[in-house]
Amino acid sequence: MNAIPGRIAPAPLLSVEGLTKWYGHVLGCRDVAFDLRPGEVLGIVGESGSGKTTLLNCISGKLTPTAGEVRFDTRRFGLTDIYGLSEPDRRRMQREEWGFVHQNPRDGLRMRVSGGANVAEPLMNLGARHYGQMRQSTIDWLDRVELDTRRIDDKPRNFSGGMQQRIQVARNLIHGPRLVFMDEPTGGLDVSVQARLLDLLRELVRDLGLAVIIVTHDMAVARLMADRLMVMKGGEVVETGLTDQVLDDPQHPYTQLLVSSVLQI
Amino acid sequence: MSTPVPALANAPERYYNYAYLDEQTKRMIRRSILKALAIPGYQVPFGSREMPVPYGWGTGGIQLTAAIIGPDDVYKCIDQGADDTTNAVSIRRFFANVADVATTEDTGEATIIQTRHRIPEKPLKQGQVLVYQVPQPEPLRGLEARETETRAMHAYEEYGLQYVSLYENISAYGRIAATAGYPVMVEERYLMSPSPIPKFDNPKMAQNEAVMLFGAGREKRIYAVPPFTRVRSLDFEDYPFETQTWEETCALCGAEDSYLDEVILDDAGDKMFVCSDSHHCAERRAAGHVGPMAGHALDQDAALKEPAE
Repeated sequence: MNAIPGRIAPAPLLSVEGLTKWYGHVLGCRDVAFDLRPGEVLGIVGESGSGKTTLLNCISGKLTPTAGEVRFDTRRFGLTDIYGLSEPDRRRMQREEWGFVHQNPRDGLRMRVSGGANVAEPLMNLGARHYGQMRQSTIDWLDRVELDTRRIDDKPRNFSGGMQQRIQVARNLIHGPRLVFMDEPTGGLDVSVQARLLDLLRELVRDLGLAVIIVTHDMAVARLMADRLMVMKGGEVVETGLTDQVLDDPQHPYTQLLVSSVLQI
Repeated sequence: MSTPVPALANAPERYYNYAYLDEQTKRMIRRSILKALAIPGYQVPFGSREMPVPYGWGTGGIQLTAAIIGPDDVYKCIDQGADDTTNAVSIRRFFANVADVATTEDTGEATIIQTRHRIPEKPLKQGQVLVYQVPQPEPLRGLEARETETRAMHAYEEYGLQYVSLYENISAYGRIAATAGYPVMVEERYLMSPSPIPKFDNPKMAQNEAVMLFGAGREKRIYAVPPFTRVRSLDFEDYPFETQTWEETCALCGAEDSYLDEVILDDAGDKMFVCSDSHHCAERRAAGHVGPMAGHALDQDAALKEPAE
């Protein structure tokens, strides 16, 4: 896209620089830097313990990094370091402009309230006070993530794992975020459900022009979802590039190992 | 050889300290009360003491009363609106004993009214203090279990979550069915639990002349609504706040505008509705108001009590 002559590259939505996280003397991740443009899907792959989740938590404002900057193009302050914002401003920005899909829906949903209320909560957090309108957009979104809208008032525990994940996706998209973080969104699901959810996610991301950072250890998920890949090992980024390029022609020995370990049926 | 134990120099004073709590504790509680009054609706932590009743029986309210009461006060204590329930009687007797104050059942006469679950029907006046017993001071607790998180929500005025409970109510019952402990906004700043009073009483809190103090003993929190403060019950634009209404009137005094309790009379399903505020009802009957079941055995009991007062 950047190569098209005469077209100005859009300003980055998210810009990470020199991001380092130490847990005492244990390394979480070291010196990570990248730019993410609006509408771009970035995959972070690597084995367990390679620092993927640490990196995601640092970028999403959940874990203060030891060093480095995470700059986000906020609506209210422009491109600014999220850890330089005051806590209320940062929380508001997270609420208004971001979404976070957890691997385990129990982490991302309120299990005590109905699926419908879970989906509508971000609207109420942003100040919506009209029940009828919220109800309608909740129904629209349940429909969009292909859930039975008659089950709107069921508690999350009465839904299957795949359905819970769909509720979580709807909850994180209903308020029109610009950037969504996904931590192994299909991790706990069986393959057929996984495939359908991925399909849905891909469609939604395209339609809404969302920027997504998706963490996964599943190469198939990375291949399907991501425009660009970052391969991590031991807390460091060892290879980065377009998804097809990284997966079809891996350069780093670890990436080669990773790609060759995918089971073929 | 044994020496006789010398008589203690302060022997005459060796009874309970005035109003049960020691002076330092009362001072600490008064400071918390002042802070609570300065920031209406804000939950002030305080060093709650062990009281001679179990948690849940009004330890927070008793400590507040003990900190503000003086010998000239007139004390009234109600439980669910009634002066004659066990809890109210024992707490009233407790303060008559340790604070040597006059007690009353008359809402207008009292200077300190300690209450659980009701605000008296008779409008409160300037100079009166209403002390609430609060089991759970945090209105958001049911939805958010982390104290660190609810504190941040209060600090940054992030109250969207409270509406989730109202949303749940409407989707389940078609209306906001919550009846007690209905959350309110105080001065459009702090979200506050009004303690489990019925939402019927919520409008009475707004612009009230009296000082309203809330004490949660187990949770160690004090909060307050000073006189003439805006108090707004939460609602949705399309589901406005409403209080309970009854088709019946009070069976004894015929009141149409008071909060009614349903009393089952026998196994045949007979029942009556009576004012929950026992003093309000007695006063109306004394003034000659007659309900549809006036003269009932329950009324007789009350009538017998009247001359004794």
